[in-house]
Amino acid sequence: MISVDGVTKRYGPFTAVDNVSFTAAAGRVTGFLGPNGAGKSTTMRVIVGLTPPTSGTAHVLGRRFADLPNPGLEVGVLLDASAQHAGRTGREVLILAAQTMGLPRTRVAEMLELVGLTGDEASRRLGDYSLGMRQRLGIAHALLGDPEVLILDEPANGLDPAGIRWMRDLLRGHADRGATVLLSSHLLHEIEVVADDLVVIGHGRIVAGGAKSDLLATAGIQVRTRYPDRLTDALVTAGVSYTAPRPAGPAGEGTDGRPCRTLRVDADAESVGRIAHRAGVPLIELRAADGARLEDMFLELTAATQRDPRRQGAIS
Amino acid sequence: MTATATAAVDRSVHTAAPRRIPLTRIVGVELRKSFDTRSGAWLLAGIGIAAVVTTGAVIAWAPESEFTYSQFTLATGFPMSVILPIIAVLSITGEWSQRSGLATFTLVPRRGRVLLGKAIGAAIVAAAATVVTFAVGAVGNVIGSALAGTPAVWDLDTADAGRFTLGTLLMVFVGFGIGALVRNSPGAVVAYMIYAFVAPGLLAFLAFNQAWFRDARPWVDFKHDQDALLQGGSLTGEQWTQLAVTSVVWVVLPLSVAVVRLLRTEVK
Repeated sequence: MISVDGVTKRYGPFTAVDNVSFTAAAGRVTGFLGPNGAGKSTTMRVIVGLTPPTSGTAHVLGRRFADLPNPGLEVGVLLDASAQHAGRTGREVLILAAQTMGLPRTRVAEMLELVGLTGDEASRRLGDYSLGMRQRLGIAHALLGDPEVLILDEPANGLDPAGIRWMRDLLRGHADRGATVLLSSHLLHEIEVVADDLVVIGHGRIVAGGAKSDLLATAGIQVRTRYPDRLTDALVTAGVSYTAPRPAGPAGEGTDGRPCRTLRVDADAESVGRIAHRAGVPLIELRAADGARLEDMFLELTAATQRDPRRQGAIS
Repeated sequence: MTATATAAVDRSVHTAAPRRIPLTRIVGVELRKSFDTRSGAWLLAGIGIAAVVTTGAVIAWAPESEFTYSQFTLATGFPMSVILPIIAVLSITGEWSQRSGLATFTLVPRRGRVLLGKAIGAAIVAAAATVVTFAVGAVGNVIGSALAGTPAVWDLDTADAGRFTLGTLLMVFVGFGIGALVRNSPGAVVAYMIYAFVAPGLLAFLAFNQAWFRDARPWVDFKHDQDALLQGGSLTGEQWTQLAVTSVVWVVLPLSVAVVRLLRTEVK
């Protein structure tokens, strides 16, 4: 478990992280989401003790990171896959870490195999690695001590689609076995697919947080019918509000020439079904409306802090 | 590339609380890090190559009257005195310039322990280098005098070896201090070169031309006092005092400032 309490980091007049608090729970993948320069990396660096915070505290497994006796065995960290000596081989990087943690040399070979680095690749120097290979090595480095907490900064960077899928499964598997996984990304889709909980940060401040299911839950029922006028009359009579998005084009034409319309109704499915039944309106479809995609939420939440100036006015 | 393979290590392994990483292990890792890179390997090889080359040069070109143990040891010791401090410099600056410090200081977040491990590692390297210097010097002395047909002159004793070791250690810690202060490989190496090769010439020039500095020099010029140690011969009481004074000013103070800063700074 990771808990961050009121962490602030200032560089002169610039506030990189502003009173950030959140927890990442065991057995769950917590996605740390934010646009570039939002303060994700700085927050993670504060958690692992590389950056002293201006104020606030961070605890991992109930302790300050510096108080962990052998951190590699409890917390796997990947902050920057390129931050290794270019003159060392991939295998050597893992050997040094294994030796520091007091792990047997066999663990190095296991991890190389796990992340899909061949013996030949492991014998090459880091300076000759592609970004994807560095990322795999970095993940091997983080997993070496079989830690119960993982802290990964943009681990999907540089991985090919198969690699991203593999890493997602790996993180999921880790969380399912009880590990705490904190993973940052600006890749919305990646986080949405794997995370259980979300912490969204923009401009150094937390702008949203909670279970993904809660954040994505939207009220409403989507209903489709060839008799929209009769249905809307019935809904109005019943005092239920609705919205009518634009028709879905020619595919909506029925055999008898009646257009097919979709409505979004602010009620539960059963009520809508009863209303339609009483009004004698046949329905084609009755289901929970699609949630607002995380992407919409993300853009909305962070629009005010986006670097892209076109979005500035949209929200504020 | 299957995710299921992650379960290789049983989680129950960690039910016992991990024990603190022993300092001996940190020293071992830091020693290994000094020589497992291409630059580290070359520096190590350079020590060996230079020792053999300089010994050969003494045999080939020096007059036979100089075929003594002290001459051979001095000749071998010089290239070592150039290379060893650079190894010490790089052991610290590499963590920043190569950014390996991110991994180092997350695996051992108590930075003071990492620094202590590096310092002990550097001292071990210096001690080992001293042994090599005296061994290669002895071999050179035997070969040289055999070729010249003269009896070998063994003009060094354990006190000389002690002074040489102390001199080498001080040099290594100057490199260590500069590395910790500058924290950038090229910058720190240049700073060390200025300290070791440019500054002594300037100070000697100043002492040559200015009488007031001639008397003051041993009290301020650390390299001058160090060289007295390395070049053999016993030191007077005053010389020891001068060495102590310059050591505090040029090694202990900068190193203390550097370490305090390094413990607090951000590792990027």
